Amino acid sequence: MLHTVNKSSFERNSLQSCLNTIDDTSVILFIEDGVINAANNANSSMIADLAANGRVFALQGDVEARGISSKLADNIKLVDYAGFVDLVVEHGTAVSWV
Amino acid sequence: MATKKFMYLNRRSSFGTVYAIESLEVVLIAAAFEQDVSLAFMDDGVYQIVEGQETDGIGMKNFSKTFHALGDYDINKLYVSKESLEERGLSESDLMPLVYEDEDDDWEEKPSIRVVTNDELKAIMSEQDVCLSF
Repeated sequence: MLHTVNKSSFERNSLQSCLNTIDDTSVILFIEDGVINAANNANSSMIADLAANGRVFALQGDVEARGISSKLADNIKLVDYAGFVDLVVEHGTAVSWV
Repeated sequence: MATKKFMYLNRRSSFGTVYAIESLEVVLIAAAFEQDVSLAFMDDGVYQIVEGQETDGIGMKNFSKTFHALGDYDINKLYVSKESLEERGLSESDLMPLVYEDEDDDWEEKPSIRVVTNDELKAIMSEQDVCLSF
């Protein structure tokens, strides 16, 4: 499965809800304000293990819009819109944690 | 017209919701009415003034550039929560260098941004006539 998260974990608990129910093969893609979760910050430990396993992605345009390109946590993979489509195709069912 | 002290609390980042740009609009209106305007950036609002925002990839207007104009509207009290910055792995050097020209000091260029603790912010807020949260 592909889980997309579009809210900051400082603002809403969407990321925590996603992490509570994500299985061992699913991946997370951060979009919109969700990319704040991809920055190296006080909440980074939430996703550190998943990222180390190569299962955390962030949409590049949203990262650049927020000026945090140089602030990303370790092992975050950036994708463009075409990469977003590839993730959807590869992982089937998508869950959108709005 | 009587002048009041207005403080605008910016608590959300720029592009995920409409709060940030709406706040900036209202701030400029208050300035047009020559009110005493202060801005506070806290929580994810600190991302509004991070240097180097590039919005070409998301097709939205990069209104972060507008913050550079605030000095010309005599808006030069921009308080940024130290705790909110630190939580997000940010520091003052990650913020846009926002300045104003001080007419009382031979138009010398001075920084508009002041990083303050929540305790300091508490005191500044208590001096306001109006606080609006966005």
